[in-house]
Amino acid sequence: MSANQAVTLKVENIHKSYSREKVLKGISFEVKKGETKVIIGPSGTGKSTLLRCVNRLTIPDAGRVWLDGVEITHPRTDINKVRQSIGMVFQDFNLFSHLSALDNVRIGLIKVKKMEKREATEEAMRHLARVGLEDKAAAYPAELSGGQQQRVSIARALAMGPKLMLFDEPTSALDPELIGEVLEVMRDLVESGMTMVVVSHEMGFARSVCNEIIFIENGVIVEQGPPEVLFEDPQHQRTRQFLSKITELYGKSEKK
Amino acid sequence: MNFFELTYDILPALLKGTVVTLELTACSISLGFALGIALALGRLYGNRPISAFSTGYIQFFRGTPLLVQLFILYYGLPRYDIRLSSFVAGILGLGLNSAAYQAEYFRGAIQSISRGQVMAARAIGMSRFKTILNIILPQALRIVIPSWSNELIYTLKYSSLAYMIGAPELMAQGKFIAAENFRYFEVFLVVAFIYLVAVLIVSRALNVVEKRVRIPGLQMAQ
Amino acid sequence: MILIWNSLPFLLKGTIVTLELTFLLLVVGLAVGIPLALGQVYGGRGVGILSSTYEQFFRSIPALVLLFLFFFGSSFVGLNISAFLSAVLALGFRSSAYQSQIFRGAIQSIRQGQMTAARSIGMSKFQAIRHIILPQALRLSLPPWSNEYSSVVKDTSLAYAVGVIELVREGRYIIVRTFEPMIIYITIAVIYFILTYAGNKSLGYLEEKLKIPGFETKGRKE
Repeated sequence: MSANQAVTLKVENIHKSYSREKVLKGISFEVKKGETKVIIGPSGTGKSTLLRCVNRLTIPDAGRVWLDGVEITHPRTDINKVRQSIGMVFQDFNLFSHLSALDNVRIGLIKVKKMEKREATEEAMRHLARVGLEDKAAAYPAELSGGQQQRVSIARALAMGPKLMLFDEPTSALDPELIGEVLEVMRDLVESGMTMVVVSHEMGFARSVCNEIIFIENGVIVEQGPPEVLFEDPQHQRTRQFLSKITELYGKSEKK
Repeated sequence: MNFFELTYDILPALLKGTVVTLELTACSISLGFALGIALALGRLYGNRPISAFSTGYIQFFRGTPLLVQLFILYYGLPRYDIRLSSFVAGILGLGLNSAAYQAEYFRGAIQSISRGQVMAARAIGMSRFKTILNIILPQALRIVIPSWSNELIYTLKYSSLAYMIGAPELMAQGKFIAAENFRYFEVFLVVAFIYLVAVLIVSRALNVVEKRVRIPGLQMAQ
Repeated sequence: MILIWNSLPFLLKGTIVTLELTFLLLVVGLAVGIPLALGQVYGGRGVGILSSTYEQFFRSIPALVLLFLFFFGSSFVGLNISAFLSAVLALGFRSSAYQSQIFRGAIQSIRQGQMTAARSIGMSKFQAIRHIILPQALRLSLPPWSNEYSSVVKDTSLAYAVGVIELVREGRYIIVRTFEPMIIYITIAVIYFILTYAGNKSLGYLEEKLKIPGFETKGRKE
């Protein structure tokens, strides 16, 4: 990645507290176009909160966020418009239970982007095919496996044509044998040049495809850097400890 | 004449009253539906004053007897020169009352939809309004069907109170007939039977509707 | 206003009758409802069918019709009972049908394992029910029973229709003298509201006191 590449996402000095507890204590980072960054850290350190601050699902107490130069956190910004450019994938999939897979992907195109039904259907089917589920278009979420649901939710996010994709522990709620199919889709996305921020424990994935790992603990960034550096020669003891524990649990790098 | 002959004799008149009962029920449940959704949405998504009003409304109508509410509308209003017919007062009273109960059922249904789906809808750029319209309401309306069925049956039964303010529905017809032939108990036995049949038919019909609109795969356990 | 102040003694007299009715209805409902529920859960097939029919009957017929049936029916079969008593019986049995459903739901929501464990330490079915199942079921029943209390309080107003001199009728007498229906009925509504509100609060307090530590009754998901 060239150092002169445009900055897609800029996060500056985010602070957030919930009642007495301060979860984020000044987080700042940048993501250039086409880069993939993986955020890791112990549970409950506000990683999900951080992602939700990016698309303003959660409003930070302090700090600012820019997407392609537009300040998201500014009160005047049309947040619904901005969110069309940011795709989010949730740990619990959050598919719309009353809609089929096709409708789930289609509804944003029809109701938010105001596309014609025929065009929206074509577009939606294309994205379903991309995640390998065109034959499940008529199925309802309750009829799909976890891995399939998550892939549909990725298609739903992609269909909106986002500049940035946010993944909030996309595989944590999946049975082990279903994780692979979702990671494959995500790897595919990385290769197609999508700008992504992923919160995950999947170290194999992180090591093989991401540009930088950001390690957050106790609300601050402890260390960040390319995977090779963090895994082989981390600067902080804490980083080394955490990584070894995670790799123990979730497996080392996978060969593609 | 014996009981069966009596039944045969009075049925036509009673059925006339039954029609009025059904009209009362249909009109008031519809009023309750429209108002109920508005109250539920107001209570959940409205600003402070709207939310407070909805809550107050619901508590008042649920905490006081329907009979008193009907009396206020039919006997109380004329004091201020507003005279409602018994039919209109009946619909208004039943409807306003039903709205309070329906509002609570809707609220429960809406709140049972996972917040994650709301987040996902906002995340793809849907405004609050669009989210409610396209994601929340379609599901809430299905979830609420069992409770709503209960409410419909409840309204059907309590339409009998309109008799107390002079509406010419089933109870009133019964009383009228009984006052002529003095066979009070038997006449009301027939009346009771008609209600039983009506309730049964409506229950069955609602069951069919519920099966039709069920979301595949999803168990809407009551 | 002065009118309200002057009417209060009469209204209070009526309120006492209302409270008497409420108490008796609930007691009858409990006395019949609990055995009914136990019969449905633990009894054989025959008992089950009988109780379902009983429930269906008392729940499908409007309260007003039931009142009339008991009121006129008693003289039809030769019994000479007061309007008050016929109201207590009619509405009491009706309440028992609803209460039995509440208790049945509570009993059935207790995990099967509890009964199994009780039997495995040598308790008889009866002992298990008495010492293990019922204590839990009664606690679980409190919230819906609180609803039933409200319903019963409001239904006592129907006794007006058979001539019982409870709150609504007292109000009627006052209106006939003073010609201020709106004010009186609103006052009556407020009294009912206080009755239901106070009752629900007290039952809520009772629920808190009897709560089993750590055992949350089904809260909202997420």
